[in-house]
Amino acid sequence: MPRMTLVEAVNHALAQELERDRRVRVFGEDVGKNGGVFRVTDGLQARFGEDRVFDTPLAESGIIGTAVGMAVYGLRPVAEIQFAGFTFVAFNQIVSQAARLRYRSGGLLSVPLVIRAPFGGGVRTPELHSDSVEALFMHAQGIKVVIPSSPYDAKGLLHAAVEDPDPVLFLEHMKLYRSFRQEVPSERYTLPLGQAAVAREGDAVSVFAYGAMLHVALQAAEQVAQEDGASVEVVDLRTISPLDEECIAQSVSKTGRAVVVHEAARAGGVGAEVIAVINERCLYSLLKPVERVTNPDMPFPLPSVEDTFLPNPARVAAAIRRTLEP
Amino acid sequence: MPFPLAHCIHQVLAPDGKLVGAAPDLPADQLFAMYRWMVYGRLYSDRMVALQRQGRIGTFGPLNGQEAASVGLAWPLQPADWLVGSYRELLSYMVKGVSPLALAETYRGYVGDGYALDAHCLPYQIVLATQVLHAVGIAMGMQYDGKPDVVVGVCGDGATSEGDFNEALNFAGVFKAPIVFVVQNNGWAISVPRRQQTAAEYIAHRGPAFGMPGYVVDGNDVLAVYQVVQDAVARARAGDGPTLIEALTYRLGAHTTADDPKKYRLDDELGEWTARDPLPRFRTYLMNQNLLDPTADERLHEAIAAELQSLVETLEAQPPQDAADLFDLVYAERTPQLNRQRADLLAELGRE
Repeated sequence: MPRMTLVEAVNHALAQELERDRRVRVFGEDVGKNGGVFRVTDGLQARFGEDRVFDTPLAESGIIGTAVGMAVYGLRPVAEIQFAGFTFVAFNQIVSQAARLRYRSGGLLSVPLVIRAPFGGGVRTPELHSDSVEALFMHAQGIKVVIPSSPYDAKGLLHAAVEDPDPVLFLEHMKLYRSFRQEVPSERYTLPLGQAAVAREGDAVSVFAYGAMLHVALQAAEQVAQEDGASVEVVDLRTISPLDEECIAQSVSKTGRAVVVHEAARAGGVGAEVIAVINERCLYSLLKPVERVTNPDMPFPLPSVEDTFLPNPARVAAAIRRTLEP
Repeated sequence: MPFPLAHCIHQVLAPDGKLVGAAPDLPADQLFAMYRWMVYGRLYSDRMVALQRQGRIGTFGPLNGQEAASVGLAWPLQPADWLVGSYRELLSYMVKGVSPLALAETYRGYVGDGYALDAHCLPYQIVLATQVLHAVGIAMGMQYDGKPDVVVGVCGDGATSEGDFNEALNFAGVFKAPIVFVVQNNGWAISVPRRQQTAAEYIAHRGPAFGMPGYVVDGNDVLAVYQVVQDAVARARAGDGPTLIEALTYRLGAHTTADDPKKYRLDDELGEWTARDPLPRFRTYLMNQNLLDPTADERLHEAIAAELQSLVETLEAQPPQDAADLFDLVYAERTPQLNRQRADLLAELGRE
């Protein structure tokens, strides 16, 4: 089985989708000849032609707006927004149009559109390139938000996203693009959207994370397990909209303690929703208040201070330990 | 410059109904059908405003004054072509095959599932100019499939200030998409006059700026609008790319039933444009051509009024929208969250 980075896994998945279904078209800024600024679409235009993989003018709203039209027409557009921080420009097209057209048309029309966008801190990008915008789209109705944490998941989730009859925002963490390789099957496979995965089993405390923060959570869990002998469960949310409430409730019902980790700002974030789910479904299992480890409620940290602000294993471990205090 | 700026306003009929240009080669029954739709649009709009005043429907945006542009821009389209517009394009949508009842339903607060899919219209747009990008995307899809079909994308003068309008022209130009943009310049974006939307003399001048021809047409002249759009549709169908058309018209009514134009509009202007009302202009032409007489016109008005009466009766006889059904319109399949929220609502309503 080939070992792939996340970039290679996404590239592989896109190639298979282009191969499998002529309705799939991949487009965005610099995705053609250049193969994307992160080389995610490397070689795809040469292999599939300029009709299938093409560059657009530099206009995010234009990219998503035309993608909505193509999707309604019957194509399966896979649009790239070069950095998730630039989705702000396309917010209306994503939220009031792509996500809402099924509802607006009384169910007659659908928008099978995948919007891919890199995001996430820790890679020293200029301002607004790293922003974690997922919670904004979690609050929107009619769109799914998927955030893989590994090459294997990225491929399976992307295939599922392209197949999905509704719009999917597929956020790829830049720090994970080349940070490790993993065995990824060459053949096409799908992983269901809306399902979390237990990345590490434990029974004393549940840590919820996604994207690059999953790995921070896993390191913290390992540290606490080794140093304190505590059994820490780590759940990879994988899809933050719709959230896998069942998985969250099951884990917390078992452990009675919870920590949520994300690099997006705290207020109104994924953590807040996870805590609300715990509140609604298993409050009486809780032995301690739920901890949140996030960026503060301020603009995403600039490169010079991102190491200070981004949740790190020590900070997550400290939060886990607070929940484990008697 | 490949595309010269439009220097003249295309016109076939003078405001008094006299022929001042070459009339399009349309058979009598089509000319009469055009007129019928124009009258239908006027009476429909008036009826909807009356219903709103009686609290029987929600806020409605009248289309009075724009009947010629609305009918003319939709007339050249074939069934497989798409038409994408905003709430001011209701009459264009009807001409394209969306049922007047389906449109009325949306104003009564039902979900818009009454559209005929084969009419090829998107739900009329609320967030102005966003629809023009969708229109370009549809055109790019047709082009990709090698189909000879085209799209007409419509918006008003206010929407041309939005980024999406300009991005749409740009994408269409770059990809040479088979689309015709029609701007219904009715002079006002609610209370803001056209001169405060752009310092340019004509919106159509943006055509050449985006690498496509731009034409200005008398929007109250249904034959002129038809001709210009028909030519542009033929260009697009032949693979020669997009066209921008600015139809100069006027909103004789309020922006919506929630608006009072007396606050911002001068009586002089209203008087001037009332004299250029598209309906009497075309009626006079048809009568001059012996295609219509006062008796036939009266019968037509009566027939439409009866049709509208029956439409309103059907509309009001419908059972209320079932709130539980809405949970099925968010995603192809209800999420676990929506399942629970739906069950909660049904329990609250005592239905489960």
